[in-house]
Amino acid sequence: MATELNIPDTAAKAAEAAPDRMSLSMGPSHPSTHGVLRLQMELDGEILTKCDPVVGYLHRGDEKIAENMTYNQFVPYTDRLDYLAPLANNMAYAIAVEKLAGLEVPARCQAIRVITAEMARISSHLMGLGAFGLDVGAWTVLVHSLNQREHLYKLFEELTGARFTTSYTRIGGVSRDIPDGWLDRVGGFCDQFLPALEEILSLLTRNKIFLDRTVGVGVITKEDALAYGITGPNLRGSGIALDLRKDKPYSGYEQYEFDVPVGSKGDSYDRYLVRGEEMRQSVRIIRQVIAKFPGGDWYAKDARKIFAPPKDKILTSMEELIQNFMLVTEGPQMPAGEVYFEAENPKGILGFYVVSKGGGVPWRLKIRSPSFCNLSILPKICTGILISDVVTLLGSLDFVMGECDR
Amino acid sequence: MAASHTELGFNGKVEGEVIVSRADAVINWIRTNSVWPMPMGLACCAIELMAVGNGRFDIARFGAEVMRFSPRQSDCMIVAGTVTYKMAPQVRRIYDQMMGPKWVIAMGACASSGGMYRSYATLQGVDRIVPVDVYVSGCPPRPEALLDALIKLQEKIKREPAAKNLFVA
Amino acid sequence: MPVASQAATALKAKFPSATDRASSDHAACNVPLAEVPAVLQFLRDEQGFDHLADLTAIDWAEGASPRFTVVYNLYATARGEYIRVAADCTNDLEPAAPTVTHLWPGANWHERECFDMFGITFEGHPDLRRILMWDGYPYHPLRKEFPLAGIETVLPDAEIAEVTKTPVIAAPMAGGPFVASPGEINMADAEPSAKDQSWNERKPKTD
Repeated sequence: MATELNIPDTAAKAAEAAPDRMSLSMGPSHPSTHGVLRLQMELDGEILTKCDPVVGYLHRGDEKIAENMTYNQFVPYTDRLDYLAPLANNMAYAIAVEKLAGLEVPARCQAIRVITAEMARISSHLMGLGAFGLDVGAWTVLVHSLNQREHLYKLFEELTGARFTTSYTRIGGVSRDIPDGWLDRVGGFCDQFLPALEEILSLLTRNKIFLDRTVGVGVITKEDALAYGITGPNLRGSGIALDLRKDKPYSGYEQYEFDVPVGSKGDSYDRYLVRGEEMRQSVRIIRQVIAKFPGGDWYAKDARKIFAPPKDKILTSMEELIQNFMLVTEGPQMPAGEVYFEAENPKGILGFYVVSKGGGVPWRLKIRSPSFCNLSILPKICTGILISDVVTLLGSLDFVMGECDR
Repeated sequence: MAASHTELGFNGKVEGEVIVSRADAVINWIRTNSVWPMPMGLACCAIELMAVGNGRFDIARFGAEVMRFSPRQSDCMIVAGTVTYKMAPQVRRIYDQMMGPKWVIAMGACASSGGMYRSYATLQGVDRIVPVDVYVSGCPPRPEALLDALIKLQEKIKREPAAKNLFVA
Repeated sequence: MPVASQAATALKAKFPSATDRASSDHAACNVPLAEVPAVLQFLRDEQGFDHLADLTAIDWAEGASPRFTVVYNLYATARGEYIRVAADCTNDLEPAAPTVTHLWPGANWHERECFDMFGITFEGHPDLRRILMWDGYPYHPLRKEFPLAGIETVLPDAEIAEVTKTPVIAAPMAGGPFVASPGEINMADAEPSAKDQSWNERKPKTD
């Protein structure tokens, strides 16, 4: 069925306001908008005079859903926020709720969480790198990085049972202990990953075309980055060494040595370099975790009213059965109060603001998503640049819409 | 005379250089092995869709590697991800812009039924706005599941009365 | 219980109307709504809270007064410290709050989101329109009286709505997610599939 072209109202209004300018809508289905972002642009020739990002095409109502289910039930939804790094989201959410409950998880659980979060960071940055390469015309990078991601998926699957929607953490622990020999295989991955990473990066770092397209393009100044709430590699690319793993260590990050790379100019190339270096640092962290992997419990034992008892106990002991029943039906019993916890996710700082009135269901759960804040700078930095540079800029910002729109 | 819905193929026993076949069989053979997908990557499933397109799973083995972001050049829309009400009109519009014959694969629970997003913002199944040929379960489906869906779609294409449809439309 | 911090003490010394706010982690203060821009400017310029981490709102249920609270989470990048500032909206029916976009341009999208989700008008905001839902959507989804399933309305695109005959429908809840409400939980009300049954432990069997 053929339908006539229907110009959206915003475009019509823009055309009326400036008749000599061209109005162009890019997205929500466009290969370089990485999902369902739409840019409503106003062009003077090839130069952008105005850029209005339209988000919300993937708004699924996560915050409303969270208000209607128990704390543990929301874990799978956190997977689907930043679906390139679900394990990091899982951890951020779990720690936020644990802070509310006043719960300390044992060292082994923290180590598992750190190792999975860093693997998620590598996985996310690989995708960001591949997609960035694709945006500026380098297909090979994507093929190589997806190949490495498959290695990671294999490890995730062995650990959690799913390739990337893992739902691995629970409030007060993780869903299961690591399998036998898994750490060795993670170590093996690291060993083959570093040379592979160098090969992938060597395709871009000194590539003349890549340099021409990224150096000096989409510069975000320090002041702008801070004022707009930019976080993650995009902020560090602008030269601010804000990394919550260093500044506000959580989950035992203070035990590990790693460097926080920062850029000098804040352009797309700097952001690319920061991501490349962060992957090396992640490998460094993973190796340290493996080297001193603690024994002991992988869930908080003192969390009797919060963490589900072991399955074999549920099946054989009356008390544990009742406890499990109460957990499933009423949810983990939380005290009243409010917490705001932020974790350094691959895309930036992911924050959970949990307001509890007591009981097993949050009264309000606000997700502070890094991509949402990172994209809010677009109207500012897109003005006056070439339309082809918008593609570079979007690629270098490395956002994910599932998290932006929630 | 075979009924129009039976699967038709070539007769290998040919004389000389002439191949005798039915128009249905030839057209369907061509269509089956050159499905050009329109990757309607909306959410998480799009990542698995990319995995399918690359090395390990390699959708090219089934002739469907030519991902076209222009609806005019593609004939199978793979709806990969949650369709929200805000996005639904755009999905339909892109479907309308595709040339016939066209098919739709609803990839994953969200596209098939709204999945775990039973909320005010999510369209409860993309089949409310576009006709769906194959549904794939999973959240997200494994790449193998999507390949299976493609094979199922190919079997469906093989059974279509293609020649008849040419003159009807 | 309130958490002590130097910044909170300084804030209360400078603004006598500010009071401690119960918090489970960081220092938190309640301030009157009108003083929010001044308070945040003080925290940013004199206390080093240069990063607006989050801006959001809470709906304390229909009928509660004050019903809406606007919450600001700030972070001091130099010394790694958080502070939370909250302000109750004075009008429960048509909530409004002063904008802070002049302090942090990044507040722009956060305030638009609050307007979209709660219907809180931010006075002085340069471009206050919906951000997550589409223009013309009639409800504010995160208000407590709005059901999770949604309320039937029309698709954003009239032309497509006419072709497909698809309205925005209320999502089916039976067999869907376990729906509970904070505070009081009754199993029969919480489990949607139980609601569909003709009888349960509260509702006697009728035939």
